Order: sequence, then structure tokens, then C-alpha cells
Amino acid sequence: MELTRTELMPGVWLSCLRSDKFKTACMSLSLLTQLRRETAAMNALIPYVLRRGTTRYGDMEAISARLDELYGTAIEPVVRRIGEIQCLGFYLSLPEAAFLPGKQDILRDASALLGEMLLSPATRGGLLLPRYVDSEKEKMLDVIRSRVNDKRSYSLFRCLEEMCCYEDFSVGRLGGEAECQAIHYQKLTRQYRKLLLESPIEIFYCGRSPEQQVISALRDALITLPRGEIDSDIGTEIRMNALEEQPRLVEEAMDVTQGKLVIGFRLGECMEEPDLAALYVFNAAFGGGTTSKLFMNVREKLSLCYYASSLVDVHKGLLLVSSGIEFSNFEAAKGEIFAQLEAMRRGEISQEELEAARSGVASDLRSLVDSQGELEGYYLAQALDGEGCSPLELAELAENVSREELMAVANSLDCDLIYFLKGSGETGGEEDTDAE
Amino acid sequence: MQSKPYTRIGETLFSDVLPNGLRLRVVPKKGFNCYYAVFATDYGGAHRRFRLDGQTVDSPAGVAHFLEHKMFDLPSGDNALNLLSANGADPNAFTSSGVTCYYFQCTDKFEENLRMLLHFVSTPYFTPETVQKEQGIIGQEIRMGEDDPGSALYYNLLRLLYRQHPIRDRVAGTVESIAQITDQTLYACHKAFYAPSNMCLVVEGDVDPERIAQIAREELPREKAEPPLVDFGEPEGPLPVETLRREAMAVSAPQFYIGAKIIPAQGEGVLRQHLTAQLALRLLAGRSSRFYARLYDKGLLNRDFEYEADFSAGTGTVLLGGESGEPLQVLEELKAELARIASEGLDPRRFELAKRASLGARLRGLEDFDNVCVSLALGVFDGYCAFDGTELLESIRKEECEAFLGEVLAPERLAISIVDPL
Repeated sequence: MELTRTELMPGVWLSCLRSDKFKTACMSLSLLTQLRRETAAMNALIPYVLRRGTTRYGDMEAISARLDELYGTAIEPVVRRIGEIQCLGFYLSLPEAAFLPGKQDILRDASALLGEMLLSPATRGGLLLPRYVDSEKEKMLDVIRSRVNDKRSYSLFRCLEEMCCYEDFSVGRLGGEAECQAIHYQKLTRQYRKLLLESPIEIFYCGRSPEQQVISALRDALITLPRGEIDSDIGTEIRMNALEEQPRLVEEAMDVTQGKLVIGFRLGECMEEPDLAALYVFNAAFGGGTTSKLFMNVREKLSLCYYASSLVDVHKGLLLVSSGIEFSNFEAAKGEIFAQLEAMRRGEISQEELEAARSGVASDLRSLVDSQGELEGYYLAQALDGEGCSPLELAELAENVSREELMAVANSLDCDLIYFLKGSGETGGEEDTDAE
Repeated sequence: MQSKPYTRIGETLFSDVLPNGLRLRVVPKKGFNCYYAVFATDYGGAHRRFRLDGQTVDSPAGVAHFLEHKMFDLPSGDNALNLLSANGADPNAFTSSGVTCYYFQCTDKFEENLRMLLHFVSTPYFTPETVQKEQGIIGQEIRMGEDDPGSALYYNLLRLLYRQHPIRDRVAGTVESIAQITDQTLYACHKAFYAPSNMCLVVEGDVDPERIAQIAREELPREKAEPPLVDFGEPEGPLPVETLRREAMAVSAPQFYIGAKIIPAQGEGVLRQHLTAQLALRLLAGRSSRFYARLYDKGLLNRDFEYEADFSAGTGTVLLGGESGEPLQVLEELKAELARIASEGLDPRRFELAKRASLGARLRGLEDFDNVCVSLALGVFDGYCAFDGTELLESIRKEECEAFLGEVLAPERLAISIVDPL
């Protein structure tokens, strides 16, 4: 598998990964734009409105029937946040010709439909249909409000929101509820046109078709794409230090039976020249999996929680530790999480722990190559970072990360905020002396 | 070992039954870095009452799941999860109502990992102390499940549909039921359900099938045990016990599941019934259906709307659900749509397109090792081969789908479970 990069049109890049391994091919198209509170909700809504109808296939039923005709080709809106870059567009997956009756190649037809969705939405008087905009807006509001349903992800979201309260990052990939509420179809149409003109576009393809065929299909599909001054000034602001001297504490009460403790860290000075391999291996050793310090100690040894794990955001320079606990275990669990971090700072990482973390990361990266969806995410992030290192190369680097490098990451971490979701009833009943 | 090429989907399946009764399936994948192995037992949360050594055993709710947690402990004091992880594998396990699956994915040292998997799952080791400690951990998991609206929604529906089948109860049990579990309970259930004759091993990756069979022969007990006789109680009739249940929880908008019981087919007809059910539901409520498009447009359904036919532990259940401001109206609309299909029949053109879409969806499903291995394992226990689906799908007729919708989703067979915001 080899990746080629081609600029199809000004600011429109195709990353093409030829592979005969899969039974389906995938293609994604992302418009890149700076994540800002004022525009995030509008931007996030756009692919969903575009997915409602095109000039040729006026409603979802017609689009779906066309997709069925193309042997269950799927085109789904995707909105992501990579650091503070908002990536919005579509992810397309189509069966390879080799497995279809008569070996029909549907790449052209599928690309054409993708292009049509992006460039020829159903409109009236040149404006996106208010009916579609309002309907998708309501659904987006439901999604934003439903964040609270899954307490584990909700607590992570809330920790980031509070921790990055002075950064646009806090708005989340979908934007804020109030901003979404305020969306109007005329303004949304203007924003849509502006994105088409100005946004850099990243396209990723992985499948059996030769690059020239992919280029030709895409050039035809995007022939009417208007290009203006491309906004190349987009990126992520990385804050190195915690906001205050002491970690802030935010508590929230809700009718739940299990508490959620989330501790947010800035990765600190190691983000000056981030070493991805070291960051991933650190995360694996600290809280990434079942051999990690958090899992082994906070969960297995002390039974202080049902889960305790960490996740790292290498684009924004953050690490979050998340755990599900009894309300009364708040202090004990928090204390043990920090104790484990201290151990890592002192380099108390056994050879087995180090090797498990290295091989875990390396194995994840090697298996990533077997999944188109993961390849797509990997190479999109890489296109944004502007670095060129394949997953297999990164796996090799991970296998050589040293204990000292992990200590350096541990010592660079700066705790910014502690978030605790606790019960609203009488249960728990511990008195916290250091509550806000 | 037998090999069978499936040219339509570009795979070859190797199958064998070892002298100890273990059923083996291997899907070689050239050019892939990943290896995936699942070692599964035909034993899940619903297998509560069974006969062992001439005696009837009634086990408390939650044993299969509890056993899954405890199987990772080895007599040496090691934990198999850690050993596999330390070896670079990504191991895990799950328990459903019908099966327990232990699996791992890795890119390196596959044979070592496979030996470890087979070894730990067939080595029971429990003590009163470790059982007691696990009661705390699983207690937390159960409480977490109780906070989860999706889980409440699901079990409330099963309780509407099923009168007595143990599928009604949470797989993990309750804090009270797991308090009754002792190390002896676990040994008895392991003995009954973890004999190779009650299990199957499915491997996918760049492997030599003969080698897999050899490793399995070396690692597993040689004797062939009689599979246990499981009693799920009196067969359930087609009608639900009750038709509506609402509960208030911390959710942002009402969630619902509409469901109905399917009387499961036997023998040859099993896979055909699964495919017919999936195709019929796609036509009724899939993304390109009139029903979904209309209700989505009206704001009654969201993108999270899903449907499935779930076959587990001798039951079959249709589920359609998602978020909606007006779940009862969704139910009325569904009944109206079913009535329309009953009188007009399914559109022949739509029927052919739905088949095309199913073919694409099946190809997509084959990309996922986890999905391939687990569906092959479920097929082993239910007497079919999941890879036969692609060809069999061609032969499903429109009338079969119409009959399925008319019978299984007849108005009197439908129930609805709703979770409302507080």
C-alpha cells in the first residue's frame, strides 16, 4: 500500500491509497475550517442539510433509493474536530466491482453522487430549503442535548468544556446549543457558499481503482466547485499550562447511581515538539488498557472503580483520565490516580509494563492498516499535521520508546481541572472539604 | 479438514470437528496484519436451568457473565487478560443472553496468544475470596447498567414480550442474584458448558488452518463430554404479555423500542428466516423506506433510528427503536404502514433494490474480523453457516418478506417500551 498525494484543484488534495485487500472501497471528503464558537454549529449542520436532497434526487427517499441501486453504497455526513480544525463532509463506502454482478464499476456513479450532494443541493431561489434546514437543526439540537444521556462521554465532554473555557476547543465538534438554535437558512446558505470558496478540501480514497481513475472520477464530480482565496491560515492553539496554580474543581449533581470522575491535564512543554510515539506509549502505560497503571491499580488492586482509563489528544495537547466510581470513593480514587502519575514521574515503570505499552501501541498501529475507516482517520490527521509517517513506521518508533521518554511526558503533564459528576440524592453523602 | 470456497465473496472457509467435539472454523486472510480468534461457548445469561450428571440445576441470574469475568484468573495468580495484553494482543470477552465469547486481536505472536486463549478458557480457577471481590466489581457494572437508558429500554421491552423465558433478565443479573454465586456455582457451570463439545473456535487471519487444528488438539481436553440439556421453560406464544411500558430516566428526549416475538425456525430454515427478517425490516423501515423517510421528514424519527431481528437463546425478537418526541405516534404510523403493505404488497422494484443494498451491506460486514468471527460462531451454535447468506439472499422471494411482516408484526403482536425524560 502506497500513499500518493495529488492536488486536484486549488486547495483540493487527494490522498490515494491503493489496496486490493478489501471488499469495499472508501472515500471521504472533508472541508477544513477553523473551529470557532460563532460558526461551529452552522458548519456542523451543513453536511446534514446537504444530505437531505440534491437537485436530481430531491429528498432522502430518492437519495436512498439511488444508494440502494449502487449496491448499498453509503454516503454519510461526518463532522469531526481535529485539534481546533473542524472537518466536515462525507464518508462514502462502496462495494468493489470484483464482488458485484457483472463486475460493474460504480466508482464513477458514487463519486458523481458525492459531488452532487456537495455542490448541487436542493434549493429554492438559490437558498437551501428552509424545511430541510429547520428539520436538521431540530435533529442537531436533539443530538447536542442527548450528550447527557451517556454519562461517561458526557463527563468527558464537560471536563473539556470547563477546562478549555477560554478556547474555541470547548465548543465541541458540533458547536453550541444556542448557536445552533439561532441558525437561519439564509445565513446558512451564505456560510455554505463561503466554505465552498475558501476551505481547503481533503479527499481520501482507499480501494482497488487505479489512481488515474479516481482522479478522473473526482475531477468530473467536482467540476463545478467554485474556488476563491483558499483559507490556509487554520490551526490549533496549544496551551501549555494549567489555567490556575491549583487544579480547578468542578462538581455537578445529577440523578445517577454511579459517580464519574474526570481529571484533565495539559500535556505541557512536551507539545513543543510532540513525539507521537512517546505520547501514545505514555498513554498506554498510564491508562490506555488493561496492563496500564490505572487499570491495574485503581481498578484491579484497590477496586476503587469500575473503569479507569486515560485518553490523549495529541492535536490539542491534552490528556484526560476518566473513571466510574462510588460517590464516596472520590478522594480515594483521585488520590490513587495522582499516586500512579507520581510513580510514572519517578520512572517506576517495570520492564513488563514498558513492553506491554510499547507492543500494545505498535499492535494497534499495525492493525490499523487492516481497516479502511481507521486508515482514513489516520491519514486525514496526518494531512492536517503535514507530517509523513506511515502507521507501520510509527509502530516501529513506538517499539523503541524509552522509560526516560515516558518520564519526560509524565513530568510535563500539568493538571488543569478535576470534574466530578455526583448524585443529586442522599446517596454518597461524603462531605468534600475542598469543594468550590 | 474440509475447505469450501465462497467465490462470490472471495473467501474460503475451513471447517472441522475435533474428536473432543470442538467445532472449528478458519478463514485465511492473505496480506492482513491482524489475527482474530474467538473461542465461544453456547452458554449465555439465559442458560439458567440445566441438567448435569442427572440432576437439574437452577443457577442464579448473572452466572454466565460472572464466570466470564473470573475465567481470566489463572491458578498461577496471573491474569490471562494481562498476559495476553503484555504479549501485545488486544483481548476481551462478552456475554449475551445466548453465548459467551472470549476473543483477541493481535498482529504478533499469534500462536502463543491462541494457546493462551484456549488454555485459560478451559482452566477454571475460583476461590471464595476472588469471587467475593468480583461481586464488588460486577455490582458496580450492574449499577452502571441501571443508569443506562438504553439498557432499561431494552429489558423493559423483553419483559413486555416474554412471559417467563430467562432472556427477560439482565445478562449481568442483579446485585442480589450475584450475591448467591459461590466458587462452587462457577465450577459447576464451567463443567457443564465449557466442554469443547459445547464450544467453537473461529480464527481469521493469515494462518494455516491445519496448524490451528493442531494447536487446539494440543491445548484442549481430549475427552468428549455430553453437552448439557438446557431448559428455557415453556415455549412462548406469539403474543406479548403486555403492550406498553413507560419509565422516566435522565434522558434528553423520549427513547423507544417497538418489538415483537419471532417464533424461531428449526434446522434448514434458520438462516433463511434470519435473511428474510433482515430484508423485510429493511423494506419496512430501512433508510430508503417510505416509512422512515416520511417520519424523518415529519420530525418523528432521527438518524439514530435502528432496527434488527435478534436471534438468541432459542428466541427471536424484532426491535425497532430510537429517539422520538412522540413514540406512540411512531407506533401508530408503523401499524398504518404495515396495514398498507398487507393490502398493496411490497413494491417489486424496491424489493430488488433492497436485495442489492443487502449485498453491499454484507460485503461491508466482511471487512470486520470481529463481525465475521462472531457471526460464524453464532451460526455454528444455531446450525447454519453465515457465509451461505450471500447466495441464499438471492433466492428470498418478495412473498416471504410480506408474509413475515404480516405475521410477526401483526398489530396484536407489537409492544412498545418508552423511556421518558424525568
